[in-house]
Amino acid sequence: MRLKLALVAAVLALAACNMPADPPVVSAPVTDPYVTDAGGNAVYLGDVNKPGSRLPGDPAADTAPDAQFAAVGNTVYFAENEATLSDDARQTLTRQAAWLVQNAGATAMVEGHADEPGTREFNLALGARRATSVREYLVAKGVEAGRIQTVSFGKERPASICASEASCLARNRRAVTAVSQSQAGV
Amino acid sequence: MRAHLALILAALLLAPAGAALAQDEPLRIEITEGTMAPMPIALRIEAEGEAVALAAEITGVIEADLTGTGLFTLAEIRDLPDTRFDRAVDYVGWKATDTEALVTGSVSAEGDKIVVRFRLFDIFAGQPLGDGMQLDAPRAGWRRAAHKIADQIYARITGEAPYFDSRIAFIGESGPATARIKRVGVMDADGADVKWLTAGGELALSPRFSPDGRTVLYTSFASGMPQIMAMDVESVRALPLTSDPRAMSFAPRYSPDGQWIAFSRETAGNTDIWIMQVGNPRFSKPLTQGPSIDTAPSWSPDGRQIVFESDRSGNSQLYIMRADGSDPVRISFGEGGGYGEPAWSPRGDRIAFTRHGRQGSAIGIMRPDGSDERLLTEGPGDAGPSWAPNGRVLIFTRQPDEEGSAQLHSVDITGRNMRPVALNDAASDPAWGPLLP
Repeated sequence: MRLKLALVAAVLALAACNMPADPPVVSAPVTDPYVTDAGGNAVYLGDVNKPGSRLPGDPAADTAPDAQFAAVGNTVYFAENEATLSDDARQTLTRQAAWLVQNAGATAMVEGHADEPGTREFNLALGARRATSVREYLVAKGVEAGRIQTVSFGKERPASICASEASCLARNRRAVTAVSQSQAGV
Repeated sequence: MRAHLALILAALLLAPAGAALAQDEPLRIEITEGTMAPMPIALRIEAEGEAVALAAEITGVIEADLTGTGLFTLAEIRDLPDTRFDRAVDYVGWKATDTEALVTGSVSAEGDKIVVRFRLFDIFAGQPLGDGMQLDAPRAGWRRAAHKIADQIYARITGEAPYFDSRIAFIGESGPATARIKRVGVMDADGADVKWLTAGGELALSPRFSPDGRTVLYTSFASGMPQIMAMDVESVRALPLTSDPRAMSFAPRYSPDGQWIAFSRETAGNTDIWIMQVGNPRFSKPLTQGPSIDTAPSWSPDGRQIVFESDRSGNSQLYIMRADGSDPVRISFGEGGGYGEPAWSPRGDRIAFTRHGRQGSAIGIMRPDGSDERLLTEGPGDAGPSWAPNGRVLIFTRQPDEEGSAQLHSVDITGRNMRPVALNDAASDPAWGPLLP
């Protein structure tokens, strides 16, 4: 969605440039915030002017895999009491899988989380179900099973503090993938 | 405090021999009665010299225990009849007050030892209620001596088993909700003498006492993955009972005989109930199998059945199976919302649970066959009920809202006498331990 909007904005900007009354434009180097993944798809890495977004070849990219991975989208969200993946979640996970395939030295830990309703122990089990859903999808997309671990925090580590607003609770029903460089020989 | 609290309970035949048998009904409180005015009680506990302050403290603890039940109130007395522990009670004088039960006692202290004696009298009937008792305790154990006396008074008047001299394990909470620090603590049933068992560096959840009160099981994230730990309360040493890095293990509960632990084990996203042998934690086996979440087991007091929470029907409901995993039967059927965290009463007659709905969660009880369901609290953030050793009182977590801090509350089985537990820390996941010997 964001991608489409960005394109529309770019088209409008180009149209504006062609207007005769336009003041002269100072030329500047163009940086492409998209990289190409293993499947030949464009991957948006975010605004390159913001910290955490890196261009390919940027030396910082090699030292901060987590920040680079976060730009891919490290979190997917779930419906109440569900562990099935939405279309949005599948798109995010496809990008995660592509990144993991490309970065063969990285391992992933998928953390499953639940919202406040439900008992503490049930939610611990539900978080594990969600984390496993994510793991199975990543494996189906070509990531070696041995590189992905899962853990559940149940409702113990909410992303947002909610009274009972549905939109807030939805932010807590999630699975977060964290990546790290695996140590040599492990 | 960590040292053995050698509390010697000696029943001395302090009651005068051949006390006249009264014609009146004996003093009695029926806890199951609907509404009831609390019984006025008076305590006259005497002491001399340095023991005077101690006697006042012991009196305070006994009074707090008794009035905290909602069943007793302190009698207001204008003209106090002259009352001495070693003299006959002036029944005529006491009858002129509104007192129904009288406790006389004496406290003496010598070095590290204290001696507390008491007698209980039924003023209307004009006779003692049970024998006089003497408790010998180390000075540091004065609170326990007071709880023991309160237990005797409670048990003699209500006919119920006692529960004041017991401990409660819980999770102390601090820090912001998104990065909550949780540590295992134990306290006396009245909230005093808090002792922390874990430091808070790792997430710790749902503690449970062993039937002998010496061990606390809990779920620890110390290894990065939820695993079950057994903490020796006296030495504060913890031993991991599970360690498979590919399986989360949590929700541990001792069987009533202390020989087995039922728990939840998750592999590949699926959570089932397993049991392990306490003497040989490597020997474990599944009791449930299937794609549903099966968790929060609780044993029946005879150890033959286990009630647990499962979403096999779509949402969380309560099921009872035999302790070998056979014959699971659903027992909860209420409309709208789910049921979880069942706790089988030590008396066997009720199962307490957390009921979830659109309006939040509340605490309820039902019979083990699922009948007679009743909500005892209104929520909206009540969870995790645990029974007092006598099965007449429940303690639970009350979370006012996500930003407020969780507090422990207690309520009796009739739904009356809802009150916060006197504890300075935010706390959740209470687990009542056994009556102490």
